[in-house]
Amino acid sequence: MAVNVPAPQEQAVVRTGGLSERARAERKLGWMLSAPAVAAMLLVTAYPIGYAFVLSLQKKDLRFPDESGFVGLDNYGAVLSSDLWWSSLFNTAFIAVVSVVIELVIGMALAMIMHRAIFGRGAVRTSVLVPYGIVTVVAAFAWFYAFDPGSGFVNGLPFVDDDKAWFGERWSAMAVIIAAEVWKTTPFMALLLLAGLTTIDETLYEAAKVDGATWWQRFTKITLPLMKPAILVALLFRTLDAFRVFDSIFVMTRGSQDTESISIVGYNQLISRLNLGLGSAVSVLIFLVVFAIAAFFVRGLGTRTPGEA
Amino acid sequence: MGKRGTREYTFWTAGLAAVIVAALFPVLWLLMLSLKTPDTIGDGRFIPEKFTLENYTSLFDGGFDSPLLRPLINSVAIALIATTIAIVLASFTAYAIARLDFPGRRAILGGALAIAMFPPISTVGPLFDMWRTLGIYDTYLGLIIPYLTFALPLAIYTLVAFFREIPWELEQAAQVDGATPFQAFTKVIAPLAAPGMFTAAILVFIFCWNDFVFAISLTSTDSSRTVPAAIAFFTGESQFTAPTGNIAAAAILVTIPIIVFVLIFQRRIVAGLTSGAVKG
Repeated sequence: MAVNVPAPQEQAVVRTGGLSERARAERKLGWMLSAPAVAAMLLVTAYPIGYAFVLSLQKKDLRFPDESGFVGLDNYGAVLSSDLWWSSLFNTAFIAVVSVVIELVIGMALAMIMHRAIFGRGAVRTSVLVPYGIVTVVAAFAWFYAFDPGSGFVNGLPFVDDDKAWFGERWSAMAVIIAAEVWKTTPFMALLLLAGLTTIDETLYEAAKVDGATWWQRFTKITLPLMKPAILVALLFRTLDAFRVFDSIFVMTRGSQDTESISIVGYNQLISRLNLGLGSAVSVLIFLVVFAIAAFFVRGLGTRTPGEA
Repeated sequence: MGKRGTREYTFWTAGLAAVIVAALFPVLWLLMLSLKTPDTIGDGRFIPEKFTLENYTSLFDGGFDSPLLRPLINSVAIALIATTIAIVLASFTAYAIARLDFPGRRAILGGALAIAMFPPISTVGPLFDMWRTLGIYDTYLGLIIPYLTFALPLAIYTLVAFFREIPWELEQAAQVDGATPFQAFTKVIAPLAAPGMFTAAILVFIFCWNDFVFAISLTSTDSSRTVPAAIAFFTGESQFTAPTGNIAAAAILVTIPIIVFVLIFQRRIVAGLTSGAVKG
Protein backbone atom coordinates (compact mmCIF):
# COMPACT_ATOMS: atom_id res chain seq x y z
CA MET A 1 0.00 0.00 0.00
CA ALA A 2 2.46 2.63 1.01
CA VAL A 3 5.17 1.27 -1.24
CA ASN A 4 4.54 3.79 -3.95
CA VAL A 5 3.92 6.85 -1.87
CA PRO A 6 1.94 9.44 -3.83
CA ALA A 7 3.61 12.74 -4.61
CA PRO A 8 3.17 15.40 -1.90
CA GLN A 9 0.74 17.49 -3.98
CA GLU A 10 -1.70 14.59 -4.18
CA GLN A 11 -1.37 13.95 -0.49
CA ALA A 12 -2.18 17.57 0.26
CA VAL A 13 -5.46 17.22 -1.61
CA VAL A 14 -6.39 14.03 0.21
CA ARG A 15 -5.41 15.52 3.54
CA THR A 16 -7.79 18.51 3.35
CA GLY A 17 -10.44 16.35 5.00
CA GLY A 18 -10.15 15.25 8.65
CA LEU A 19 -7.51 12.66 9.45
CA SER A 20 -8.71 9.15 10.00
CA GLU A 21 -7.77 7.27 13.13
CA ARG A 22 -5.46 5.10 11.06
CA ALA A 23 -3.69 8.02 9.40
CA ARG A 24 -3.10 9.62 12.77
CA ALA A 25 -1.61 6.42 14.16
CA GLU A 26 0.61 6.17 11.09
CA ARG A 27 1.84 9.72 11.62
CA LYS A 28 2.64 9.06 15.23
CA LEU A 29 4.52 5.84 14.42
CA GLY A 30 6.46 7.65 11.68
CA TRP A 31 7.58 10.35 14.07
CA MET A 32 8.44 7.90 16.82
CA LEU A 33 10.56 5.79 14.50
CA SER A 34 12.40 8.82 13.14
CA ALA A 35 12.93 10.62 16.43
CA PRO A 36 16.10 8.82 17.67
CA ALA A 37 18.02 9.29 14.40
CA VAL A 38 16.90 12.91 14.06
CA ALA A 39 17.92 13.64 17.65
CA ALA A 40 21.32 12.02 17.13
CA MET A 41 21.91 14.00 13.96
CA LEU A 42 20.97 17.32 15.54
CA LEU A 43 22.97 16.69 18.72
CA VAL A 44 26.29 16.69 16.91
CA THR A 45 25.58 19.24 14.16
CA ALA A 46 22.91 21.85 14.93
CA TYR A 47 23.80 22.22 18.60
CA PRO A 48 27.60 22.43 18.13
CA ILE A 49 27.35 24.89 15.24
CA GLY A 50 25.11 27.08 17.42
CA TYR A 51 27.58 26.70 20.27
CA ALA A 52 30.45 27.50 17.86
CA PHE A 53 28.66 30.74 17.00
CA VAL A 54 28.35 31.63 20.69
CA LEU A 55 32.05 30.81 21.28
CA SER A 56 33.06 32.82 18.23
CA LEU A 57 31.71 35.99 19.88
CA GLN A 58 33.92 35.50 22.91
CA LYS A 59 37.54 35.80 23.74
CA LYS A 60 38.19 32.28 24.92
CA ASP A 61 41.67 30.88 24.95
CA LEU A 62 42.15 27.83 27.15
CA ARG A 63 45.77 28.81 27.73
CA PHE A 64 44.65 32.13 29.23
CA PRO A 65 41.34 31.30 30.94
CA ASP A 66 41.26 34.52 32.97
CA GLU A 67 41.02 36.74 29.94
CA SER A 68 37.67 35.37 28.73
CA GLY A 69 34.80 37.66 27.84
CA PHE A 70 32.36 38.84 25.21
CA VAL A 71 34.07 40.56 22.28
CA GLY A 72 31.32 40.79 19.66
CA LEU A 73 32.52 40.30 16.11
CA ASP A 74 36.20 40.97 16.89
CA ASN A 75 37.20 37.37 16.18
CA TYR A 76 35.62 37.54 12.74
CA GLY A 77 37.46 40.80 12.10
CA ALA A 78 40.72 39.19 13.13
CA VAL A 79 40.17 36.16 10.88
CA LEU A 80 38.91 38.06 7.86
CA SER A 81 41.74 40.58 7.98
CA SER A 82 44.44 37.91 8.18
CA ASP A 83 46.40 36.76 5.14
CA LEU A 84 46.33 33.23 6.53
CA TRP A 85 42.55 32.88 6.15
CA TRP A 86 42.51 34.17 2.57
CA SER A 87 45.51 32.14 1.47
CA SER A 88 44.02 28.99 3.04
CA LEU A 89 40.68 29.69 1.39
CA PHE A 90 42.48 30.09 -1.93
CA ASN A 91 44.40 26.83 -1.37
CA THR A 92 41.22 24.96 -0.50
CA ALA A 93 39.35 26.29 -3.53
CA PHE A 94 42.35 25.59 -5.76
CA ILE A 95 42.69 22.00 -4.54
CA ALA A 96 38.93 21.45 -4.80
CA VAL A 97 38.51 22.88 -8.30
CA VAL A 98 41.59 21.26 -9.83
CA SER A 99 41.00 17.84 -8.25
CA VAL A 100 37.28 17.78 -9.05
CA VAL A 101 37.86 18.76 -12.70
CA ILE A 102 40.50 16.05 -13.12
CA GLU A 103 38.28 13.54 -11.33
CA LEU A 104 35.34 14.38 -13.57
CA VAL A 105 37.36 13.74 -16.73
CA ILE A 106 39.06 10.55 -15.51
CA GLY A 107 35.88 9.41 -13.73
CA MET A 108 33.88 9.79 -16.93
CA ALA A 109 36.48 7.80 -18.87
CA LEU A 110 36.48 5.11 -16.16
CA ALA A 111 32.69 4.95 -16.11
CA MET A 112 32.63 4.48 -19.88
CA ILE A 113 35.31 1.79 -19.69
CA MET A 114 33.30 -0.05 -17.02
CA HIS A 115 30.10 0.39 -19.05
CA ARG A 116 31.42 -0.62 -22.45
CA ALA A 117 34.31 -2.98 -21.76
CA ILE A 118 33.97 -6.21 -23.69
CA PHE A 119 35.88 -8.07 -20.99
CA GLY A 120 37.51 -7.48 -17.63
CA ARG A 121 34.73 -5.31 -16.20
CA GLY A 122 34.84 -7.15 -12.89
CA ALA A 123 38.60 -6.76 -12.58
CA VAL A 124 38.36 -3.01 -13.15
CA ARG A 125 35.52 -2.61 -10.69
CA THR A 126 37.36 -4.57 -8.01
CA SER A 127 40.57 -2.63 -8.47
CA VAL A 128 38.97 0.83 -8.44
CA LEU A 129 37.19 -0.02 -5.19
CA VAL A 130 40.56 -0.35 -3.49
CA PRO A 131 41.35 3.40 -3.58
CA TYR A 132 37.75 4.12 -2.54
CA GLY A 133 37.97 1.88 0.51
CA ILE A 134 41.47 2.76 1.61
CA VAL A 135 41.90 5.04 4.62
CA THR A 136 42.68 8.60 3.45
CA VAL A 137 45.62 8.86 5.85
CA VAL A 138 47.09 5.66 4.37
CA ALA A 139 46.65 6.97 0.82
CA ALA A 140 48.35 10.19 1.87
CA PHE A 141 51.31 8.28 3.34
CA ALA A 142 51.63 6.12 0.20
CA TRP A 143 51.92 9.24 -1.98
CA PHE A 144 54.07 11.06 0.53
CA TYR A 145 56.64 8.25 0.72
CA ALA A 146 56.62 7.82 -3.05
CA PHE A 147 57.61 11.48 -3.55
CA ASP A 148 59.72 11.98 -0.43
CA PRO A 149 63.43 12.00 -1.40
CA GLY A 150 64.24 9.94 1.73
CA SER A 151 62.21 6.88 0.69
CA GLY A 152 60.60 7.50 -2.67
CA PHE A 153 61.18 6.35 -6.19
CA VAL A 154 59.77 9.37 -8.04
CA ASN A 155 63.05 11.26 -8.00
CA GLY A 156 64.73 8.23 -9.53
CA LEU A 157 62.44 8.34 -12.56
CA PRO A 158 63.77 9.75 -15.84
CA PHE A 159 63.22 13.50 -16.38
CA VAL A 160 62.81 14.12 -12.64
CA ASP A 161 65.40 16.09 -10.71
CA ASP A 162 67.25 13.57 -8.49
CA ASP A 163 67.13 15.73 -5.37
CA LYS A 164 63.85 17.57 -5.85
CA ALA A 165 62.28 18.29 -2.45
CA TRP A 166 58.60 17.98 -3.38
CA PHE A 167 57.34 19.11 0.00
CA GLY A 168 59.77 22.01 0.34
CA GLU A 169 57.93 24.21 -2.10
CA ARG A 170 54.29 25.29 -2.28
CA TRP A 171 53.22 24.29 -5.78
CA SER A 172 55.00 20.94 -5.96
CA ALA A 173 53.54 20.06 -2.54
CA MET A 174 50.07 21.08 -3.74
CA ALA A 175 50.54 18.94 -6.86
CA VAL A 176 51.24 15.82 -4.77
CA ILE A 177 48.32 16.61 -2.43
CA ILE A 178 46.00 16.93 -5.44
CA ALA A 179 47.36 13.72 -6.98
CA ALA A 180 46.64 11.80 -3.77
CA GLU A 181 43.11 13.26 -3.56
CA VAL A 182 42.40 12.40 -7.19
CA TRP A 183 43.68 8.85 -6.80
CA LYS A 184 41.60 8.27 -3.69
CA THR A 185 38.28 9.72 -4.81
CA THR A 186 38.04 9.26 -8.59
CA PRO A 187 36.51 5.77 -8.11
CA PHE A 188 33.60 7.27 -6.16
CA MET A 189 33.01 9.78 -8.95
CA ALA A 190 33.28 7.02 -11.57
CA LEU A 191 30.72 4.82 -9.79
CA LEU A 192 28.20 7.67 -9.50
CA LEU A 193 28.69 8.48 -13.19
CA LEU A 194 28.44 4.81 -14.14
CA ALA A 195 25.07 4.63 -12.38
CA GLY A 196 23.90 7.60 -14.46
CA LEU A 197 25.32 6.08 -17.63
CA THR A 198 23.40 2.82 -17.22
CA THR A 199 20.06 4.69 -17.16
CA ILE A 200 20.55 5.94 -20.75
CA ASP A 201 18.43 4.11 -23.33
CA GLU A 202 20.73 2.13 -25.69
CA THR A 203 18.35 2.59 -28.65
CA LEU A 204 19.22 6.31 -28.72
CA TYR A 205 22.79 5.39 -29.64
CA GLU A 206 21.61 2.91 -32.27
CA ALA A 207 19.38 5.55 -33.85
CA ALA A 208 22.19 8.13 -33.82
CA LYS A 209 24.56 5.61 -35.41
CA VAL A 210 22.04 4.95 -38.18
CA ASP A 211 21.83 8.70 -38.77
CA GLY A 212 25.61 8.78 -39.14
CA ALA A 213 26.57 10.50 -35.88
CA THR A 214 30.26 10.21 -34.97
CA TRP A 215 31.47 8.92 -31.62
CA TRP A 216 32.08 12.49 -30.42
CA GLN A 217 28.63 13.65 -31.55
CA ARG A 218 26.97 10.76 -29.74
CA PHE A 219 28.94 11.64 -26.60
CA THR A 220 28.16 15.37 -26.63
CA LYS A 221 24.57 15.21 -27.93
CA ILE A 222 23.28 12.13 -26.10
CA THR A 223 25.51 11.08 -23.22
CA LEU A 224 26.33 14.46 -21.68
CA PRO A 225 22.83 16.03 -21.80
CA LEU A 226 21.16 12.91 -20.41
CA MET A 227 23.79 12.55 -17.71
CA LYS A 228 23.57 16.15 -16.56
CA PRO A 229 21.63 15.32 -13.37
CA ALA A 230 24.07 12.53 -12.41
CA ILE A 231 27.07 14.75 -13.20
CA LEU A 232 25.73 17.63 -11.09
CA VAL A 233 25.07 15.38 -8.08
CA ALA A 234 28.55 13.86 -8.38
CA LEU A 235 30.08 17.34 -8.65
CA LEU A 236 28.14 18.64 -5.67
CA PHE A 237 29.20 15.76 -3.43
CA ARG A 238 32.80 15.80 -4.52
CA THR A 239 33.21 19.58 -4.39
CA LEU A 240 31.94 19.75 -0.82
CA ASP A 241 34.06 16.75 0.09
CA ALA A 242 37.14 18.30 -1.50
CA PHE A 243 36.49 21.49 0.45
CA ARG A 244 37.04 19.54 3.66
CA VAL A 245 40.54 18.50 2.57
CA PHE A 246 42.49 17.88 5.76
CA ASP A 247 43.98 14.38 6.10
CA SER A 248 46.35 14.54 3.11
CA ILE A 249 47.69 17.98 4.01
CA PHE A 250 48.12 17.04 7.66
CA VAL A 251 50.16 13.97 6.70
CA MET A 252 52.25 15.54 3.93
CA THR A 253 53.09 19.08 5.04
CA ARG A 254 51.08 19.87 8.20
CA GLY A 255 50.31 23.12 6.36
CA SER A 256 53.90 24.28 5.94
CA GLN A 257 55.02 26.05 2.71
CA ASP A 258 51.65 27.90 2.58
CA THR A 259 49.70 24.73 1.89
CA GLU A 260 47.12 25.15 4.67
CA SER A 261 43.49 24.41 3.86
CA ILE A 262 40.72 26.11 5.83
CA SER A 263 40.21 22.91 7.82
CA ILE A 264 43.89 22.87 8.79
CA VAL A 265 43.65 26.49 9.95
CA GLY A 266 40.56 25.63 12.02
CA TYR A 267 42.30 22.61 13.58
CA ASN A 268 45.43 24.58 14.42
CA GLN A 269 43.48 27.32 16.18
CA LEU A 270 41.13 24.99 18.04
CA ILE A 271 43.18 21.97 18.99
CA SER A 272 46.83 22.98 18.70
CA ARG A 273 46.49 26.50 20.13
CA LEU A 274 43.33 25.90 22.18
CA ASN A 275 42.00 29.27 21.08
CA LEU A 276 38.32 28.36 21.06
CA GLY A 277 37.07 31.88 20.33
CA LEU A 278 39.15 32.52 17.23
CA GLY A 279 38.93 28.88 16.13
CA SER A 280 35.15 28.93 16.40
CA ALA A 281 35.01 32.02 14.18
CA VAL A 282 36.97 29.98 11.61
CA SER A 283 34.52 27.05 12.10
CA VAL A 284 31.50 29.27 11.50
CA LEU A 285 33.11 30.82 8.40
CA ILE A 286 33.89 27.35 7.00
CA PHE A 287 30.29 26.37 7.60
CA LEU A 288 29.07 29.47 5.73
CA VAL A 289 31.42 28.80 2.78
CA VAL A 290 30.20 25.19 2.49
CA PHE A 291 26.60 26.33 2.82
CA ALA A 292 27.12 28.89 0.02
CA ILE A 293 28.59 26.25 -2.30
CA ALA A 294 25.71 23.86 -1.64
CA ALA A 295 23.18 26.66 -2.23
CA PHE A 296 24.93 27.56 -5.49
CA PHE A 297 24.68 23.98 -6.76
CA VAL A 298 21.08 23.45 -5.69
CA ARG A 299 19.59 26.87 -6.53
CA GLY A 300 22.01 28.18 -9.14
CA LEU A 301 22.66 25.05 -11.20
CA GLY A 302 19.40 23.29 -10.39
CA THR A 303 21.07 20.17 -9.00
CA ARG A 304 18.36 17.70 -8.11
CA THR A 305 19.51 16.24 -4.85
CA PRO A 306 18.76 12.58 -4.16
CA GLY A 307 15.37 12.05 -2.56
CA GLU A 308 13.59 14.66 -4.64
CA ALA A 309 12.54 12.15 -7.27
CA MET B 1 36.39 -7.70 -39.22
CA GLY B 2 39.18 -9.80 -37.84
CA LYS B 3 41.62 -6.91 -37.97
CA ARG B 4 39.21 -4.49 -36.35
CA GLY B 5 38.49 -7.06 -33.66
CA THR B 6 42.18 -7.38 -32.82
CA ARG B 7 42.62 -3.62 -32.69
CA GLU B 8 39.66 -3.18 -30.42
CA TYR B 9 40.94 -6.00 -28.24
CA THR B 10 44.36 -4.36 -27.94
CA PHE B 11 42.76 -1.00 -27.14
CA TRP B 12 40.64 -2.44 -24.32
CA THR B 13 43.49 -4.52 -22.94
CA ALA B 14 45.74 -1.46 -22.75
CA GLY B 15 42.99 0.66 -21.16
CA LEU B 16 42.05 -1.94 -18.57
CA ALA B 17 45.68 -2.64 -17.70
CA ALA B 18 46.33 1.09 -17.23
CA VAL B 19 43.34 1.44 -14.89
CA ILE B 20 44.26 -1.58 -12.79
CA VAL B 21 47.91 -0.53 -12.46
CA ALA B 22 46.95 3.06 -11.53
CA ALA B 23 44.49 1.83 -8.91
CA LEU B 24 46.74 -0.75 -7.29
CA PHE B 25 50.30 0.53 -7.71
CA PRO B 26 50.36 2.95 -4.73
CA VAL B 27 49.16 0.16 -2.41
CA LEU B 28 51.73 -2.30 -3.76
CA TRP B 29 54.44 0.32 -3.39
CA LEU B 30 53.49 0.83 0.25
CA LEU B 31 53.46 -2.94 0.81
CA MET B 32 56.97 -3.27 -0.64
CA LEU B 33 58.15 -0.30 1.45
CA SER B 34 56.83 -2.00 4.60
CA LEU B 35 58.93 -5.10 3.85
CA LYS B 36 62.24 -3.24 3.53
CA THR B 37 64.95 -3.19 6.17
CA PRO B 38 65.83 0.18 7.77
CA ASP B 39 69.10 0.50 5.82
CA THR B 40 67.44 -0.17 2.43
CA ILE B 41 64.28 1.90 3.01
CA GLY B 42 65.72 4.85 1.13
CA ASP B 43 67.01 2.94 -1.90
CA GLY B 44 64.00 3.82 -4.06
CA ARG B 45 63.72 0.26 -5.41
CA PHE B 46 60.26 -1.23 -5.92
CA ILE B 47 61.15 -4.82 -4.91
CA PRO B 48 63.07 -4.83 -1.60
CA GLU B 49 66.64 -6.06 -1.74
CA LYS B 50 66.16 -7.88 1.56
CA PHE B 51 62.69 -8.82 2.84
CA THR B 52 61.88 -8.41 6.52
CA LEU B 53 58.78 -8.57 8.72
CA GLU B 54 60.57 -6.55 11.39
CA ASN B 55 58.43 -3.47 10.66
CA TYR B 56 55.30 -5.49 11.44
CA THR B 57 56.48 -7.37 14.50
CA SER B 58 57.87 -4.25 16.18
CA LEU B 59 54.39 -2.67 15.96
CA PHE B 60 53.20 -5.24 18.49
CA ASP B 61 56.27 -5.39 20.75
CA GLY B 62 55.15 -4.87 24.32
CA GLY B 63 51.53 -6.02 24.05
CA PHE B 64 49.10 -3.31 25.13
CA ASP B 65 51.89 -0.75 25.37
CA SER B 66 52.92 -1.47 21.78
CA PRO B 67 52.42 1.24 19.17
CA LEU B 68 49.59 -0.48 17.31
CA LEU B 69 47.71 -3.05 19.39
CA ARG B 70 45.55 -0.64 21.41
CA PRO B 71 44.75 1.63 18.45
CA LEU B 72 43.81 -1.42 16.38
CA ILE B 73 41.44 -2.68 19.08
CA ASN B 74 40.03 0.86 19.46
CA SER B 75 39.46 1.19 15.71
CA VAL B 76 37.63 -2.12 15.44
CA ALA B 77 35.52 -1.62 18.57
CA ILE B 78 34.57 2.01 17.87
CA ALA B 79 33.73 1.34 14.23
CA LEU B 80 31.67 -1.77 15.08
CA ILE B 81 29.71 -0.09 17.89
CA ALA B 82 29.02 3.06 15.86
CA THR B 83 28.00 0.96 12.82
CA THR B 84 25.60 -1.19 14.85
CA ILE B 85 23.85 1.77 16.48
CA ALA B 86 23.73 3.71 13.21
CA ILE B 87 22.13 0.81 11.33
CA VAL B 88 19.51 0.19 14.03
CA LEU B 89 18.49 3.87 14.24
CA ALA B 90 18.68 4.36 10.48
CA SER B 91 16.51 1.33 9.75
CA PHE B 92 13.74 2.68 12.01
CA THR B 93 13.87 5.99 10.18
CA ALA B 94 14.24 4.47 6.72
CA TYR B 95 11.30 2.13 7.35
CA ALA B 96 9.16 5.09 8.41
CA ILE B 97 10.21 7.12 5.37
CA ALA B 98 9.78 4.29 2.88
CA ARG B 99 6.48 2.93 4.19
CA LEU B 100 4.60 5.41 6.35
CA ASP B 101 2.90 8.62 5.37
CA PHE B 102 3.71 11.35 7.86
CA PRO B 103 4.52 15.03 7.57
CA GLY B 104 8.23 15.71 7.94
CA ARG B 105 9.42 12.80 5.83
CA ARG B 106 10.94 15.06 3.22
CA ALA B 107 12.35 17.37 5.88
CA ILE B 108 14.18 14.42 7.45
CA LEU B 109 15.65 13.35 4.11
CA GLY B 110 16.63 16.95 3.33
CA GLY B 111 18.15 17.39 6.78
CA ALA B 112 20.10 14.15 6.44
CA LEU B 113 21.47 15.35 3.13
CA ALA B 114 22.50 18.66 4.70
CA ILE B 115 24.36 16.76 7.41
CA ALA B 116 26.11 14.61 4.81
CA MET B 117 27.52 17.86 3.41
CA PHE B 118 28.30 19.39 6.79
CA PRO B 119 31.99 20.22 7.38
CA PRO B 120 33.11 18.08 10.37
CA ILE B 121 35.84 20.57 11.30
CA SER B 122 33.12 23.10 12.16
CA THR B 123 31.91 20.87 15.00
CA VAL B 124 35.33 19.86 16.30
CA GLY B 125 35.88 22.94 18.50
CA PRO B 126 32.50 22.89 20.25
CA LEU B 127 32.65 19.10 20.67
CA PHE B 128 36.16 19.37 22.13
CA ASP B 129 34.85 21.86 24.71
CA MET B 130 31.59 19.96 25.39
CA TRP B 131 33.29 16.58 25.70
CA ARG B 132 35.79 17.93 28.21
CA THR B 133 32.96 19.38 30.28
CA LEU B 134 31.01 16.11 30.09
CA GLY B 135 34.11 14.02 30.80
CA ILE B 136 33.94 12.01 27.57
CA TYR B 137 36.97 13.59 25.90
CA ASP B 138 39.42 10.83 24.92
CA THR B 139 36.89 8.02 25.42
CA TYR B 140 35.17 5.58 23.03
CA LEU B 141 31.86 7.35 23.54
CA GLY B 142 33.39 10.67 22.53
CA LEU B 143 34.23 9.24 19.11
CA ILE B 144 31.20 6.98 18.68
CA ILE B 145 28.75 9.90 18.96
CA PRO B 146 30.16 12.00 16.11
CA TYR B 147 30.73 8.90 13.92
CA LEU B 148 27.12 7.92 14.49
CA THR B 149 25.88 11.36 13.49
CA PHE B 150 27.89 11.61 10.32
CA ALA B 151 27.17 8.00 9.34
CA LEU B 152 23.39 8.26 9.80
CA PRO B 153 22.67 10.19 6.56
CA LEU B 154 24.63 7.64 4.53
CA ALA B 155 22.81 4.77 6.26
CA ILE B 156 19.37 6.37 5.93
CA TYR B 157 19.76 7.11 2.22
CA THR B 158 21.07 3.64 1.43
CA LEU B 159 18.34 1.93 3.47
CA VAL B 160 15.47 4.06 2.10
CA ALA B 161 16.54 3.14 -1.43
CA PHE B 162 16.61 -0.57 -0.51
CA PHE B 163 13.40 -0.54 1.54
CA ARG B 164 11.47 1.07 -1.32
CA GLU B 165 12.28 -1.98 -3.45
CA ILE B 166 10.90 -4.51 -0.96
CA PRO B 167 7.51 -5.96 -1.94
CA TRP B 168 5.80 -5.22 1.37
CA GLU B 169 2.51 -6.87 0.18
CA LEU B 170 4.21 -10.17 0.99
CA GLU B 171 3.84 -9.34 4.67
CA GLN B 172 0.05 -9.20 4.37
CA ALA B 173 0.01 -12.23 2.11
CA ALA B 174 1.84 -14.21 4.81
CA GLN B 175 -0.65 -13.04 7.43
CA VAL B 176 -3.55 -14.08 5.21
CA ASP B 177 -1.90 -17.49 5.03
CA GLY B 178 -2.05 -17.69 8.82
CA ALA B 179 1.32 -16.25 9.92
CA THR B 180 1.35 -14.06 13.00
CA PRO B 181 2.59 -10.46 12.44
CA PHE B 182 5.82 -11.45 14.19
CA GLN B 183 6.30 -14.47 11.93
CA ALA B 184 5.45 -12.40 8.88
CA PHE B 185 8.15 -9.96 9.85
CA THR B 186 10.88 -12.43 10.82
CA LYS B 187 10.24 -14.98 8.05
CA VAL B 188 9.32 -12.72 5.16
CA ILE B 189 10.40 -9.13 5.61
CA ALA B 190 13.62 -9.53 7.58
CA PRO B 191 15.29 -11.81 4.99
CA LEU B 192 14.34 -9.34 2.26
CA ALA B 193 15.66 -6.35 4.21
CA ALA B 194 18.86 -8.02 5.41
CA PRO B 195 20.97 -7.50 2.24
CA GLY B 196 20.23 -3.75 2.24
CA MET B 197 21.05 -3.44 5.92
CA PHE B 198 24.26 -5.36 5.41
CA THR B 199 25.27 -3.11 2.53
CA ALA B 200 24.57 0.00 4.58
CA ALA B 201 26.61 -1.50 7.42
CA ILE B 202 29.65 -2.03 5.17
CA LEU B 203 29.53 1.56 3.90
CA VAL B 204 29.14 2.95 7.42
CA PHE B 205 31.98 0.78 8.73
CA ILE B 206 34.31 2.02 5.97
CA PHE B 207 33.30 5.57 6.82
CA CYS B 208 34.08 5.17 10.55
CA TRP B 209 37.30 3.27 9.84
CA ASN B 210 38.48 6.14 7.63
CA ASP B 211 37.88 9.09 9.94
CA PHE B 212 40.87 11.21 10.91
CA VAL B 213 39.61 14.69 11.90
CA PHE B 214 37.61 13.56 14.93
CA ALA B 215 40.15 10.89 15.84
CA ILE B 216 43.00 13.38 16.26
CA SER B 217 40.89 16.16 17.78
CA LEU B 218 38.86 14.30 20.38
CA THR B 219 41.52 11.93 21.70
CA SER B 220 44.83 12.53 23.41
CA THR B 221 46.17 9.08 24.34
CA ASP B 222 46.24 5.55 22.98
CA SER B 223 43.36 4.61 25.27
CA SER B 224 40.89 5.65 22.56
CA ARG B 225 43.01 6.79 19.64
CA THR B 226 42.17 4.93 16.42
CA VAL B 227 44.74 3.64 13.94
CA PRO B 228 44.72 6.56 11.44
CA ALA B 229 45.38 9.00 14.30
CA ALA B 230 47.95 6.72 15.93
CA ILE B 231 49.88 6.32 12.66
CA ALA B 232 50.10 10.07 12.21
CA PHE B 233 51.70 10.39 15.65
CA PHE B 234 54.16 7.49 15.34
CA THR B 235 57.67 8.44 16.32
CA GLY B 236 60.92 6.77 15.37
CA GLU B 237 62.93 4.68 17.79
CA SER B 238 65.24 7.62 18.30
CA GLN B 239 65.04 11.25 17.37
CA PHE B 240 67.14 10.56 14.30
CA THR B 241 65.27 7.64 12.76
CA ALA B 242 62.10 8.23 10.79
CA PRO B 243 59.35 5.68 11.51
CA THR B 244 58.83 5.14 7.78
CA GLY B 245 58.87 1.33 7.86
CA ASN B 246 56.52 1.14 10.85
CA ILE B 247 54.08 3.61 9.35
CA ALA B 248 54.05 1.70 6.07
CA ALA B 249 53.46 -1.58 7.90
CA ALA B 250 50.64 -0.13 10.04
CA ALA B 251 49.12 1.43 6.93
CA ILE B 252 49.09 -1.96 5.21
CA LEU B 253 47.50 -3.59 8.26
CA VAL B 254 44.54 -1.14 8.32
CA THR B 255 44.13 -1.57 4.58
CA ILE B 256 43.79 -5.35 4.67
CA PRO B 257 40.28 -5.50 6.20
CA ILE B 258 39.03 -2.99 3.63
CA ILE B 259 40.51 -4.95 0.73
CA VAL B 260 38.92 -8.14 2.07
CA PHE B 261 35.53 -6.37 2.34
CA VAL B 262 35.87 -5.00 -1.16
CA LEU B 263 36.78 -8.37 -2.66
CA ILE B 264 33.93 -10.21 -0.98
CA PHE B 265 31.17 -7.60 -1.12
CA GLN B 266 32.01 -5.52 -4.19
CA ARG B 267 28.58 -5.89 -5.80
CA ARG B 268 26.84 -4.75 -2.66
CA ILE B 269 29.21 -1.82 -2.16
CA VAL B 270 28.63 -0.57 -5.69
CA ALA B 271 24.86 -1.03 -5.36
CA GLY B 272 24.85 0.80 -2.03
CA LEU B 273 27.01 3.70 -3.20
CA THR B 274 24.87 4.37 -6.23
CA SER B 275 21.38 3.45 -5.01
CA GLY B 276 20.76 6.58 -2.98
CA ALA B 277 22.20 8.89 -5.60
CA VAL B 278 20.27 7.61 -8.58
CA LYS B 279 16.91 6.30 -7.49
CA GLY B 280 16.53 8.91 -4.78
